[in-house]
Amino acid sequence: MIAVTFAALWGHWWRSPLQLFTLLAGLALATALWSGVQAINAEARASYDAASATLGEAQFDRLVHRDGLPIGQDTYVRLRRGGWLVSPVIEGRIGDVRFIGLDPLTAPGGMAPIGLINMNDLQGFISADGRIIAAPDVLLDGVKFDPAIAPGTAIADVGTVQVLLGRRAEFDALVVRSEQPLGQASLEDIAPELTRRVAQSGSDIGRLTNSFHLNLSAFGLLSFAVGIFIVQGAIGLAFEQRRGTVQTLRTLGVPMQFLVLLIVVELLWLALIAGLIGVGLGYLIAAFLMPDVSATLRGLYGADVVGTLKLRLIWLASGMAISIFGTVLAASTALWKLSRMPLNVGAQPRAISVIAGRGEKAQVAASAVLLLVAFVLGLTADEILTGFVLLGALLIGAALGLPTVLRVLLDGVAQYSRGVIASWFWADTRQQLPGLSLALMALMLAMATNVGVSTMVSSFRLTFVAFLDQRLSSELYVTAEGPEQAAYMVDFMTPQVDAVLPIMSAQVQISGRPTDVFGARDHTTYRDNWTFLTAGLTPWEDVHTDAAVLISEQLARSADLQVGDVVNIGQQPLKIAGVYADYGNPIGQAIIAESLFKTLFPNVLALRFGLRLPLEDVDAFVEGLKSEAGLPASSVVNQASIKAYSLAIFDRTFTVTAALNILTLSVAGFAILMSLLTLTAMRVPQLAPAWAMGLTRWKLGLLELFRTVMLALLTGVIALPLGLALAWVLLAVVNVAAFGWRLPMFLFPWDYAQLGALAILAAGLAALWPAMQLVRMPPADLLKVFSNER
Amino acid sequence: MLLTAREVHKTFEAVGGRTAVLRGVDLSLDSGQSLALTGESGSGKSTLLHLIGGLDSADQGQIFIDGADILAMDDAGRAWLRRGTVGIVFQQFNLIPSLTVASNIEFQARLAGKYDADWVDVLIDHFGLSSQVAKYPEQLSGGQQQRVAIARTLASRPRLVLADEPTGNLDEETASNVMDMLLSLVTEAGAGLLMVTHSAALAARLDSRVHLRVGQIE
Repeated sequence: MIAVTFAALWGHWWRSPLQLFTLLAGLALATALWSGVQAINAEARASYDAASATLGEAQFDRLVHRDGLPIGQDTYVRLRRGGWLVSPVIEGRIGDVRFIGLDPLTAPGGMAPIGLINMNDLQGFISADGRIIAAPDVLLDGVKFDPAIAPGTAIADVGTVQVLLGRRAEFDALVVRSEQPLGQASLEDIAPELTRRVAQSGSDIGRLTNSFHLNLSAFGLLSFAVGIFIVQGAIGLAFEQRRGTVQTLRTLGVPMQFLVLLIVVELLWLALIAGLIGVGLGYLIAAFLMPDVSATLRGLYGADVVGTLKLRLIWLASGMAISIFGTVLAASTALWKLSRMPLNVGAQPRAISVIAGRGEKAQVAASAVLLLVAFVLGLTADEILTGFVLLGALLIGAALGLPTVLRVLLDGVAQYSRGVIASWFWADTRQQLPGLSLALMALMLAMATNVGVSTMVSSFRLTFVAFLDQRLSSELYVTAEGPEQAAYMVDFMTPQVDAVLPIMSAQVQISGRPTDVFGARDHTTYRDNWTFLTAGLTPWEDVHTDAAVLISEQLARSADLQVGDVVNIGQQPLKIAGVYADYGNPIGQAIIAESLFKTLFPNVLALRFGLRLPLEDVDAFVEGLKSEAGLPASSVVNQASIKAYSLAIFDRTFTVTAALNILTLSVAGFAILMSLLTLTAMRVPQLAPAWAMGLTRWKLGLLELFRTVMLALLTGVIALPLGLALAWVLLAVVNVAAFGWRLPMFLFPWDYAQLGALAILAAGLAALWPAMQLVRMPPADLLKVFSNER
Repeated sequence: MLLTAREVHKTFEAVGGRTAVLRGVDLSLDSGQSLALTGESGSGKSTLLHLIGGLDSADQGQIFIDGADILAMDDAGRAWLRRGTVGIVFQQFNLIPSLTVASNIEFQARLAGKYDADWVDVLIDHFGLSSQVAKYPEQLSGGQQQRVAIARTLASRPRLVLADEPTGNLDEETASNVMDMLLSLVTEAGAGLLMVTHSAALAARLDSRVHLRVGQIE
């Protein structure tokens, strides 16, 4: 019984290969976009974990300086003498390479790199030559490569790295071994300036970039949803066309439960095949996008992520699971209806309009509820999760309401139509609407996403450019290699330029948040160029009286601070004089007066300087700096270079978004094409009478084309406000929750017009093929409609 | 007795309340016999046929096929009965569009585990379908499709054949030929035939006839 029944069911797909292709392609595309994004996320997280394991952050407690300063070698010696089993770690960057120095003789065995150093290496590792072990992507000569090391990272003995970084006799942290002797002296007695940071599962960088990956996942899920619209359309149509077969099978004695079971098995097989294709395509998408993601994460968060992909079981399994989940989701309603279908009803497929009409009321009700939820969340949401729930409710609610809105619009147009052909066309379009509604929903979601995301990105870019102009006001930036060179440079530069503005910072905690605090010189550069989101009347004057601080928007939002509040830096209470925007920075920032900074952090010396000088003098000055002060070219950067570099990072950050945008729109175009193609055969009985009454096939073809383009246009018009609402949610809710800053929203009518034209072109191209099929359809095929009439 | 129906009642939900379609129908049919069930449209003929075929359930009464009360059976039991004991020929043919003519004819026999290649060949030959076996139903005329439907029903050698207006969609000559074949093969196989028809001429060719009026046998 299984074999013959299965053959009868499967036969449908062989007789309708286009439908099979639509189902497989829709599911594969949906899976591909989802699993591609998951592959990127999995690769990035694996890189973070490798980086974290390198320093043992997840396994071992660490001692660090309370103010984020280096730990002196003498402190380390005191701790060892006091019975503390600690091991020094130093880390720093030279170019693109992250150097980590550790001491293999005292480091806990569980630290990842220690396992890589075998006894033969050990001697070379701790020798004066200092052997370096590096990840394969590190471009260094004379080092040993090991794929187990985090990307972009090189490890060496702590002494070697101290020399390389020019930081002799200091460390960044001391790793605390798990087993400590009894009776050791307390940390407060030996090194009160240090604090113990407990081991934490998951890396800091992983947490820092969570919002980025959440954004990517949301985009992947949205693309998946668009794909599922295609799958649901294909499965719904296939079920409807197989109603007759199912009825016949039942009348011939096949039990319903058995049939449902066979259909489920059949769908799972298809999901498995589509899942495998999708995962393969996802791998290609991820491999294509990975270099940009890698650059983004490095530029935006300083996180090293390998630019290539490995096959990972987790996303393979996740891809297959999402394919099966999508199939079950898309098929559940159709399967439920089929299982409840009485045996003795007519077995002929019903018109799609009849099927859809019955669900319209429920769909409108669901749409209204979801839009209401979106409205309420729009007023209240302040977390990233509620932000995404708001996005989901808004998009799904709008999609469910689309067919009804289109129907009302068509009814309105039909009232004003004149002539018999126009009346027939509008009535026919209204009847066609249910069959096309899933594809149109997919198109609307894709267009709204494009409008929303491009509005967000373009608004961000405009704001960011203005922000760079404001912030990078010095004409030249120079970096000294050490304190002595810095002092010499200041002496050299001061008489030749209008102003030397030191850039110095230290890491502190303000209201429990890690914050970079900067010391600013009292100079008109700041007063003239900085703008504030909120501030008192004279913020810079307040700062330079040593009694006030300026804080970044991220810090203000995360710690709920406002102008006038008082915060402590070290033991110093300071009143907040202003809040400024600081885009692109993952942690909080604060600015205090240079004099106060020097008091609070006497060990921190400025190595970077902003220089004010007439623009026309810049080239000559740079030449002098190189020739007379002996500063290497790499230590001097002009303002234009920094701006270009920052914008390059910015643009690359959103390359992934742009690529996913295009992919989503392509999937929606595909949805329209497949819907139209699968509907073509069902359209013949509706078009044949019009043809018999005198409309030529050419005219019918043109009307079909016009209908699709017109529906796409109407959908685009509805997608525009939805996309703008999406942009608002991204800018005012998701961004604030994810990054801690709120961006102003700008409108880009020309971009929207281009997108609309692109969508109409996609819909037109999708409609062209079925229209041509109709134009070329032999009259005999149209006549069959009448010969079969009974 | 192959088929016995006793006091069968059936009502349907309709606008303004429930409508009684069958009001205590009694019927019987022996093996090797054929019975025509006639009546006006809406008299309950097709409903009675569906109940006997296990396609629907009655509100009251009993229907025995080979001694088994099908109204007391669950869905799986009725499906089993339709696979092995009862064969139904529909007015709309109800062929499986995804299978070829040959596969359609073999289908029910294979489903019932009674597939006999020689008997299927005999049927294909007898119904003049030899040149059509590789085609799909949509490529056949109405008469050809009905012959395939009848061949499919007979291929599993059912004990009882139920036919609902089997020639209703066919022209007079084709209908006559199809009826000749149906009657000869039913007789040859020793099965019982219950046929719903509007045609007095067709009804006259069967062994006996009952007339249904407003849900009751006259």
